[in-house]
Amino acid sequence: MSPIVKLLAQRVALSLLLLLLISVVIFAGTIVLPGDVAQSILGQSATPEALANLREELGVNDPPVERYFAWLFGAMQGDLGTALTSGQDIAEALSSRFWNTLFLAFWAAVVAVPLAIFLGLLAVRFKDRWPDKLISAVTLASISIPEFLIGYVLMYFIAVQLRWAPSVAMINDSMNLFEKLNAIALPVAVLTLVVLAHMMRMTRAAILNVMQSAYIETAELKGLNAFQVIYRHAFPNAIAPIVNVVMLNLAYLVVGVVVIEVVFVYPGMGQYLVDHVSKRDVPVVQACGLIFAAVYIGLNMVADIVAILSNPRLRHPK
Amino acid sequence: MNRHMQYLASQAVAGKLSRRDFLGKAAALGFTAVSANLLLSSTAKAAGPQKGGTIRLGLQGGSTTDSLDPALVTNTVGLMVTRLWGETLVELAEDGGIEGKLAESYEASDDAKTWTFKLRSGVTYSNGQNVTAEDVVKTMERHSGEDTKSGALGIMRGIKDVRADGDSVVFELDSPNADLPYLLADYHLIIQPGGGMDDPAAAIGTGPYIMKSSDMGVRFVAEKNPNYWGDLGNADTVEIIVINDDTARVAALQSGQVDVIDRVPPRTAKLVERAPNITVHSTSAAGHYVFIMHCNTAPFDNNDVRLALKYGINRQEMVDKILNGYGTVGNDTPINASYPMYTELEQRQFDPDKAMHHLKKSGHDGAILLRTSDNSFPGAPDASALFQQSLAGAGIKLDVKREPNDGYWSEVWNAKPFCTSYWGGRPTQDQMFTTAYLSTADWNDTRFNNEQFDQMLVAARGELDVAKRTQMYADMSTILRDEGGLICPMFNDFVEATTDKVDGFVEGIPGQVLMNGYAASKLWVKA
Repeated sequence: MSPIVKLLAQRVALSLLLLLLISVVIFAGTIVLPGDVAQSILGQSATPEALANLREELGVNDPPVERYFAWLFGAMQGDLGTALTSGQDIAEALSSRFWNTLFLAFWAAVVAVPLAIFLGLLAVRFKDRWPDKLISAVTLASISIPEFLIGYVLMYFIAVQLRWAPSVAMINDSMNLFEKLNAIALPVAVLTLVVLAHMMRMTRAAILNVMQSAYIETAELKGLNAFQVIYRHAFPNAIAPIVNVVMLNLAYLVVGVVVIEVVFVYPGMGQYLVDHVSKRDVPVVQACGLIFAAVYIGLNMVADIVAILSNPRLRHPK
Repeated sequence: MNRHMQYLASQAVAGKLSRRDFLGKAAALGFTAVSANLLLSSTAKAAGPQKGGTIRLGLQGGSTTDSLDPALVTNTVGLMVTRLWGETLVELAEDGGIEGKLAESYEASDDAKTWTFKLRSGVTYSNGQNVTAEDVVKTMERHSGEDTKSGALGIMRGIKDVRADGDSVVFELDSPNADLPYLLADYHLIIQPGGGMDDPAAAIGTGPYIMKSSDMGVRFVAEKNPNYWGDLGNADTVEIIVINDDTARVAALQSGQVDVIDRVPPRTAKLVERAPNITVHSTSAAGHYVFIMHCNTAPFDNNDVRLALKYGINRQEMVDKILNGYGTVGNDTPINASYPMYTELEQRQFDPDKAMHHLKKSGHDGAILLRTSDNSFPGAPDASALFQQSLAGAGIKLDVKREPNDGYWSEVWNAKPFCTSYWGGRPTQDQMFTTAYLSTADWNDTRFNNEQFDQMLVAARGELDVAKRTQMYADMSTILRDEGGLICPMFNDFVEATTDKVDGFVEGIPGQVLMNGYAASKLWVKA
């Protein structure tokens, strides 16, 4: 087996192992929550009989290990159980919301990633001159302001004053793509501002790091102009760290948008999770936790795989 | 009002003059914005409702864990959605009385223990089925069964038996209750085919609208029911969007994405009102923000201590600063003008001298401890600080302890002797008193134990003579005001807002939020 395939296989295996461990943590975490599930569902009106009945119904009396494996095998087959509050099938209820969250994250990424990398390259090209400083100042400011505040500010100017985009990012199946994009314009703008600085600065730092190398000096001595040096020689060698930070931010776009979804009333996973946490609907919380973990681990795995593939030393084994 | 103004108003209503221009011209003619707005809405009402279009509501209080089952409705969104597709036997009328819905008429036996409701004939559900008396019986059974989760269980307890009698339904009560129609107007008691036993969340009812899509905690769409028996429902389509975030809800209204919102935060309501295309509506209601003392725990077991605290609170200041004017002063009884048999009592005023007098008389000295948290009502810690200051003016020392929001209702309220709290009110005096001031009440949170009060309450319940009952309730309110453990400085209004795309909003309708939940079917879209 070539070393590159072996490395990739190892990396995938490691991710799966990590996901398995996290599933244990999620399950154990919801078990050690104070009070038991039945108690939190029934609240103060709980009678001993009702508690016993509900425990029986929920299968809380079975040994935890047995319940864990039942839950895990169910989840592996796409069966996430049913929500306690509404009796809905969780996988079914979550799927449309998960796609909505991905839809929002996708378009935020489509705007933010190229913009961040372009701004990063621009900052390197004009290092320590005014464009570099301006880009740094603006992106650092936007990452420092709480996202709900950015949301409110954009809402006030763009939705209320100018009426360019709606303030409520409600999307549904009857809308065409253009209507949907118009609906999510504001949350996409906020998310872009939130993740831009991190990716931009990482791009800038990684390329500057490469720029110290001897082969860059060679390229400059060859007489290439600054953009060509950055684009042809520095950028390819900085791909691994850039992809890394991009993936980290993509993960954030999927799992970290709770506040934005609440502010813009976007029907994604975030709002769904918040509602069920406050009602102590444990199976839903477990399912959301598992999905978020899978997204996070998956994207990190992709980053590592890109890093491995972009490493020439692995591509050309001795 | 001069003729020119009336002409301008009719132009504005007909859409030939924008609201902003109208208000500008009115101001030039020397009219205040308030009187100009009044003229505009009375002219619009004279023009009558217009049919068609879409009304969109942005509402607070909806969650993805909600259900369409009327028994499980707990929030504003659930109420508004249920009002679209379903109806109760009777309903609270705009004047505070009772009007028939699915029941055409009703009558009580002389002892008020047997009630007969005659059903309106020829009413069909949205699935085409006829409404029968059996459906009503089944519905009541579903809400009163031992294992029901219905929010109406509490009010069903006094009903011994429900049976169908041709096209009438007969209710037999354990003890006389002249208020039964008020109880049956409860929004949980939507009449469903087969009582909703099979599929309670199917949203099949007799309402003015038919549900087209329901995404819990997100969005609901309903279309006009072509076979609706009554005259409710002006817009062709109603869309309800759940917007829990205060700022986002106001922004959605300002940007024209929705036409109606509930719960405008009192703090910003005056700012919202300044926008040219928006009208803020304030409806006084039965909800009240309170300070409650346990009448059986020292030092509050001494009525002079209670009176000292009651005289030492500045009610008007509370209304001005905590509610920003969107409310009315209270009088240390849970009853205000929104109740059907209300009698105005002499208003207790802020009086530091009397406060000091009563405290001296009680013999109590030292500080009094008040517990509070933002969870008890919005602005409760600020209200407590105001109370502390006004008492200091009377030479009484109040210590305020801030408790965590989490667990306030289980650890502090109804457990500690003096704390801040909130009551949503009830449709009738009987229900309010029975819930909280009867010695044996489930939630007697002031530990009020007064034999005379208890006897009057039971007697009033069976009294069919309205004048006598009104007097009895006035006497009970007086007892509470002078001896009770309740300090009620203010009743909070429902503060709601509409854009000038819609018309027909009526302020002051008793009951629930947004015109007792009928805003969606009573408002109309202006042409």
